[in-house]
Amino acid sequence: MNELVTHLEEKARQLRVAIVKTLHASQSGHTGGSLSAIDMVTALYFHKMRHNPADPSWEGRDRFVLCKGHAAPAQYVALAEAGYFPREDLMMLRRLGSHLQGHPDSKGTPGVEVCTGSLGQGLSMAVGMALGLRLDQRDNRVYALLGDGELQEGQVWEAAMAAAHYKTDNLCAMVDANGLQIDGDVTKVMNVNPIADKFRAFGWQTLEIDGHDMAAILAALDQAETLKGGPTVIVARTVKGKGVSFFENKAAYHGVTPSDEELPRALECLGEQCNL
Amino acid sequence: MSSMIATRDAYGETLAELGGEDPRIVVLDADLSGSTKTGVFAKKFPERFFNMGIAEANMVGTAAGLAAMGRVPFVSTFAIFAVGRAWEQVRQSVAYPKANVKIVATHGGVTVGEDGGSHQSVEDVAIMRAVPNMTVIVPADGVETRAAIRAVAAYKGPVYVRLGRNKVPTVFPADYRFEIGKGTELVAGTDLTFVTTGLMTAQAVAAAEQLKKEGVSARVVHIGTIKPLDQELIVKAARETGAIVTAEEHSIVGGLGSAVAEVLAEQCPVPLKRIGVNDRFGTSGKAEELLKYFGLTAEHLVEAGREMLSRK
Repeated sequence: MNELVTHLEEKARQLRVAIVKTLHASQSGHTGGSLSAIDMVTALYFHKMRHNPADPSWEGRDRFVLCKGHAAPAQYVALAEAGYFPREDLMMLRRLGSHLQGHPDSKGTPGVEVCTGSLGQGLSMAVGMALGLRLDQRDNRVYALLGDGELQEGQVWEAAMAAAHYKTDNLCAMVDANGLQIDGDVTKVMNVNPIADKFRAFGWQTLEIDGHDMAAILAALDQAETLKGGPTVIVARTVKGKGVSFFENKAAYHGVTPSDEELPRALECLGEQCNL
Repeated sequence: MSSMIATRDAYGETLAELGGEDPRIVVLDADLSGSTKTGVFAKKFPERFFNMGIAEANMVGTAAGLAAMGRVPFVSTFAIFAVGRAWEQVRQSVAYPKANVKIVATHGGVTVGEDGGSHQSVEDVAIMRAVPNMTVIVPADGVETRAAIRAVAAYKGPVYVRLGRNKVPTVFPADYRFEIGKGTELVAGTDLTFVTTGLMTAQAVAAAEQLKKEGVSARVVHIGTIKPLDQELIVKAARETGAIVTAEEHSIVGGLGSAVAEVLAEQCPVPLKRIGVNDRFGTSGKAEELLKYFGLTAEHLVEAGREMLSRK
């Protein structure tokens, strides 16, 4: 277990480096929310999920829906690292003609299941996938990663109601609760707390963890799989911009990318030499 | 014009038939399965029917998720909610990824009747027509609805089908073949052409009969698919008859009339008159009363036809 945790922690560090480099290259995209989500994304793609990068539409795969689609760089670096497409593609993020759109696009990017980015819509699609897997009598699971600001969208709660009503215990939602949204603190813009209580009231089983504690993430994902009779949500407290000290907990870095000057400092924070 | 059947009834029956033929088909409704007639399917295939409650946004998103699993979801509610409440879900979760979701909305137009303007969708065709990847179909009668629903089930991609609440006259023969993107010449004519959709097609056929008595040869072209539009058939009618009257149970802004105007303006400008709801909301009343109130009857079409002849 410890070896696995250490391995995934190192993988997450490498992916943080990839996120920073990718967003520096694109000079457009969402840094803070990608860095807050990457530990969970790493745990899913490099341990928990059954998937096959050589055959993205393999029927036996688990499904991942990045509801908070603006964290696309986190998913893209994981997909590239897993081998869905060449790492060089990352340098084309958000460019005209690139398959790496500003927000996840299932039409072009191998490994992306649905189009997300308009907040609040992803969980509904995840519910549909969970129902589809059940109709197909498959034991695969659906993982949906939401932001905490995203919970302000009413559709999330329509989906939460439906997921519990249809007892989709093959669905695991994860909330990347970094506490910040574009205009500032989630509690000040439109308070969504207490998150777990709300999901419980909607009929969900809830787990609360530190979203940067790899051992806790793995334990929660395992536990979620054992909880039957309804969907489970893992509410993960995270730090926006995690890993790059001068990005951390700053709403200003929601949609701002590392500048030329910031890149070497950011990489240094991540224990990486900058070879520019 | 023999039998009368509501297009929603034809939908319900056809959907239930298709359910037996194609196990991929699933149906979602938002607490209106009795009215949209998806209840017929629900009774036969309860395991493939999902009542999503009064929550249209989530219903459309769930359908997109089911489509991503290889299912063929039919989503039904009233047109005002399918297109209005869930517009952005239709755009982002269905049309943008080209998800194989069929949005079959009933209770389109003013013939919703007594429920009033809040429930009478007069903008849905315009809104759906503007969305890339979307196919938009408005059948004229029960026969066409049956054929169209079968074509829609066989087609891979997002489709919006607009159906009505009330019984409408049958205009098509039982062996009518529907093809997505193809219009149909129902009545031959040389002096002007009625280009119509939905329940207005039956009115146009009646108007053409009346005009014939007056010595005017009016063609009737039914447009079952508003997008992609059968441009060829419309341009041919404009060239051969020299004047066009469009008619739809929908706003004249953005619907069939606008679509035809776009084609004519670019390819074959001829005198054009658009019959429809004149950029207004609906109101309570009986369906038949409302068709008169909004100028959507054969008599109005006859009048428009005469006017067009004087403009040629």
